[in-house]
Formats: sequence, C-alpha cells, structure tokens
Amino acid sequence: MKPELQFDFVLDKANSNITVRRQFAAKRQLVWDCHTKQELLDQWFAPKPLTTKTKHMEFREGGYWHYAMVTPEGQAFWNRLDYQTIKPIDAYSAFDGFCDESGIVNPQLPRARWEVAFTDVQARTLVTTVVQYASPDDVQKAVDMGLKDGLASTLERLDELLETMASAGKRI
Amino acid sequence: MANNLVALDSVFHALSDVTRRAVIQRLGEGPASVSELAAPFAMGLPSFMKHVGVLEDAGLIRTSKSGRVRTCVLERKQLASAERWFEQQRALWKSRYENLDSLLAQLNGEPDET
Repeated sequence: MKPELQFDFVLDKANSNITVRRQFAAKRQLVWDCHTKQELLDQWFAPKPLTTKTKHMEFREGGYWHYAMVTPEGQAFWNRLDYQTIKPIDAYSAFDGFCDESGIVNPQLPRARWEVAFTDVQARTLVTTVVQYASPDDVQKAVDMGLKDGLASTLERLDELLETMASAGKRI
Repeated sequence: MANNLVALDSVFHALSDVTRRAVIQRLGEGPASVSELAAPFAMGLPSFMKHVGVLEDAGLIRTSKSGRVRTCVLERKQLASAERWFEQQRALWKSRYENLDSLLAQLNGEPDET
C-alpha cells in the first residue's frame, strides 16, 4: 500500500488566491528537478489523458517555459511560465499565462503569480504552490475563460474529471 | 454544501453526453432555436428535446417560447460557477501530481505502484 500523501487545495476568495499543498515521497532535490527540468516536466505536468510538450525552456530569472498540454486528438493548449525569482532548491516564483504557439501571451486574460516552495518533511518533500491573482475580478475572468475558451478541453476530459472527483469525494 | 454537491452532480450528468456537450458549445456562441440546435444531429426532435430538458433541469440553459419557436440560451452563471471551475482546477492538480508520484517512483528506482 502506498502511504497517503497529503493533498490540500484551498481557495481563498477574499484574497484571490489558491493554495495547493502536496507531499511527495522523494528527496527535495529530485522533486525540485522534476519542477525545473524540461525532460522531467514533460513527463508529468499535463493531467491525464493530456501530454506535455515543451517548445522552449530556460529556467533562470527572466527566462520562461513555453509548453503545450496536448489532447489525445492532438489539440494543443499553449501556456507559458515566466520565471521571476529562483532560489534552488527552496523556492521559485513565476507568472503563468495563456498564449499561442509562438509564445505570445493573450493580453485579455489575467496572469497569476505562482509562488512555489519546497520544504523537507521528514523523508518527504512538501510542495506549496500559491496561485495569486491580482484581484477578485481577475479570478472571475479566469473562471469565465476556463469555462468558455477552455470549454472544449474541459469537456473532453470531463468523464475523467468525474472519476477523479468521485474518488476524491469518497475519501471525504 | 450538500445542495451544492447535488447541483454539481446534475451539471456533470448533463455534460456527460456528447450531444449535450455539443449543444452547450454551440450555445456558447449565442442563443439558438431548438431546430437550429437539432439540425446537426441524426435524431428525432422528441429525442433531442429530452437532451434539451436535461440541460434545462440542470440549470445550464434557459428556454423560452415565442410563437412556434423555442429559443435556448446558455446560463453562463451556472456553467461558469466558481465552484465548478474550482473543482476542475483541483482535479487538474490532483491528476498532475499523481503523474509526478509515478515519475518520482521511477526515478527512485522503485517499482511503479500505480
């Protein structure tokens, strides 16, 4: 049996942020590598059944990761993460963004700032991600966008999401 | 909270069908009459109306009749509820991290338990 790994997902509406906390059964250096190296990111970042495809990766302050999450049918959803601060192997921050294949960010959509921290918890590693929007209005825009422009992708995955939600529900 | 979950259940049931998903996507572009919506599908109007009924019961669309034409409108509020978005985001991160568990197990040289 795999030990239960902590997973918290908390929305703070008043402060326009989401906090994701998750433990991993691995050393911090390895978990850090998985978050910061293209060849590793490509193996896990997109939720199933999508896959990750990297077009550009430069993990340094001022650099960015330009990647797509690709459906089994081949439809690609392009995103980028612009790295702001990096403190190996403790933390990094970045701005996310929806973009096109050439990497141009859609200016009409809000960008959230990610603060990702890595800490040791005994033999495990805790990763804490705070996704911070600038305002409640930006959160609403993200919601609207996620269910409109992103509708197709969302609905394609819905059956899978349902299963995920059902299994999550059973545990509560 | 319980009511909210029931509401989410009916939303997800409504969206579990390919025809109903196509209707929602079409209505995302603007209101349409039932006959317009039914046109792309090889099914009789009574069957199609059942799908419309499911969507309406789930609160995902609103319909109104004017003369002989029934027009459908997407209920963005229901569809775009923050709760639904939140659940999707949660599912995304959950799935993403399960992938990472497998990768870490591989890199650690352990058999993949998933």
